[in-house]
Amino acid sequence: MLVSVRQRRRVSQWGPPLLLISPSLILVGVFVYGLIGVNVATSLTDEHTSAQSTGRAPVEFVGLKNYVNLLYSPAFQHSLRNLVLYTGVFLLSALLLGFVWAWLLDKPAVGEGIFRSVYLFPMAVSFVASGVVWRWLLNSNQGASASGLNRLFEMLGLGFMQNPWWNNPNWGIAAIALPAVWQLSGYVMALFLAGFRGIPDEQREAARIDGASEWKLYRHVIFPQLSPVALSAVIIIGHMSLKAFDLIMSISKPANYQTKVPAVDMFTLKSTYDYANAAAVGTILLLIVAVLVVPYLVRTARAEKNR
Amino acid sequence: MTAIPAPTAIAETLKRRSGPTPTAVVPPGAKRFGVARTLRYLLLLFFLLAILIPVYVLVVTSFKGVGEASPARAWAWPHVWTLVNWQAAWTTLSPAILRTVQMVVPAAIISSFLGSMNGFVLSRWRFPKANLVFTLILFGMFIPYQAVMIPLLQLMLGLNVPSGIPSLIILHVIYGIPITTLIFRNYYESVPVELIEAARVDGAGMLRTYASIVLPISIPSFVVVLIWQFTSAWNDFLFAVFFSSSQNGPVTIALNNFANGALLQNYGSSMAGALLASAPTLLVYILLGRYFIGGLMSGSVKG
Repeated sequence: MLVSVRQRRRVSQWGPPLLLISPSLILVGVFVYGLIGVNVATSLTDEHTSAQSTGRAPVEFVGLKNYVNLLYSPAFQHSLRNLVLYTGVFLLSALLLGFVWAWLLDKPAVGEGIFRSVYLFPMAVSFVASGVVWRWLLNSNQGASASGLNRLFEMLGLGFMQNPWWNNPNWGIAAIALPAVWQLSGYVMALFLAGFRGIPDEQREAARIDGASEWKLYRHVIFPQLSPVALSAVIIIGHMSLKAFDLIMSISKPANYQTKVPAVDMFTLKSTYDYANAAAVGTILLLIVAVLVVPYLVRTARAEKNR
Repeated sequence: MTAIPAPTAIAETLKRRSGPTPTAVVPPGAKRFGVARTLRYLLLLFFLLAILIPVYVLVVTSFKGVGEASPARAWAWPHVWTLVNWQAAWTTLSPAILRTVQMVVPAAIISSFLGSMNGFVLSRWRFPKANLVFTLILFGMFIPYQAVMIPLLQLMLGLNVPSGIPSLIILHVIYGIPITTLIFRNYYESVPVELIEAARVDGAGMLRTYASIVLPISIPSFVVVLIWQFTSAWNDFLFAVFFSSSQNGPVTIALNNFANGALLQNYGSSMAGALLASAPTLLVYILLGRYFIGGLMSGSVKG
């Protein structure tokens, strides 16, 4: 009797929340963690052909061979180098522009709403749609046949700034970061603006009354309080940048060697049924993103616990 | 270290500070602030115009005829305004736009409800390792989907889910769980405990509390989450490229193929297509921008 009452109470305590949350837990468990596991397993095999992917030929375990081959191949090293370059340009420019815009808009300004909305609107557009116009803007033709930004530079008397954009074999990927900066600097601005406005006016005034210079005010009062926001921005923009795919597919196309990154390689490998290498590239990307994101998530979880 | 405030509350913080008037902040008797102010507006205006350059190009080029595609007239106003490009883009893209609507609406609604249930449970139900479970769910938001794509293709094939819109609805729902859970959990954390405790004293169980108390007060968060999911599913290209074709896929795939095809002859029709494909999300941004910003913020402000 007693046991059954306790059991019933336990069911009524645990039952409803479990009922609400378990569909999601199962889905996330299978589709995120389960599939990551299967993907790692696939990356350790020799599944390189369509016959193997449809089960018409045997698949052998080969250990870390695919990873070693990838990391030693100049083509994949080129992708990794491009990823670093792209992320560097994208992250630094978006943080800088976002901060400057927020700083300019922090003080009361007439028409603030309009500026803010325009700065932020590219975020609502898909990378594919913005790729259509940026492909035109970043046209590599110069001189008489120049169109896009190169033509604009010439019209403004800035002809020396003309360049081949994403057709540059070494730095082409940096040009693809431009549309990404265009789309996401407004997001960073919104983050910083919320940060600026979370700082009470009294603190600024107190610092000013104490005779602090404008620089000292920023150095000792404003910047420290903005650092959590800056960290969020680095994580958000950083992880988006490491997954760069859509813009490259839309502007320079996957077959373009000079602008390829790991996510594009993964697509190309999948298209040729080289599932093992595609899975290995996916795992490498996951590891890179995890290095950035996991410490941040752990730190946030700890902070919440101590609340 | 505070929790992420409610989305709408953060959107409010973006508004101009009330309280002391501008003059109170500016030290008195400083004429040079006139110069600084002018400079500030000039900079703001410069950035505004720079951001609008691609918009100018999109609009102007979309109304130009094929004859005006010469580089020399690249930045010029159209001689003759024509709707030819718009007609071509509409003919090609409209079936895909319709399919995208069929994909985005159920995906956004289902994942909002899942997120709301999870968020409620995770914010109110203190079970061991609740924080760990939440962090593990959250990690799903950051993973590069390339790391699950190969087995995912095989799984969907094995389950006989039809390629195209049905596959994409399922994927947007599942991979939307982390972000929707995050937004709702943070919202429910900000709801006064008394409100829910009162229901419990009245003898309502968790399910009834959820249905009769929590759901009705969640409407602002539902708006934020629906808009967020709508926008990200509408703009998705990665899942679309792996799980659909231009025959059965959403508008991003159709636009990409259309632009590739039109590449050589005529940029005008691709530009019209890009505007058409962006119109729904832009409209949402213009009409419901406040909530859109709320979604952006709640997906991020942490620590």
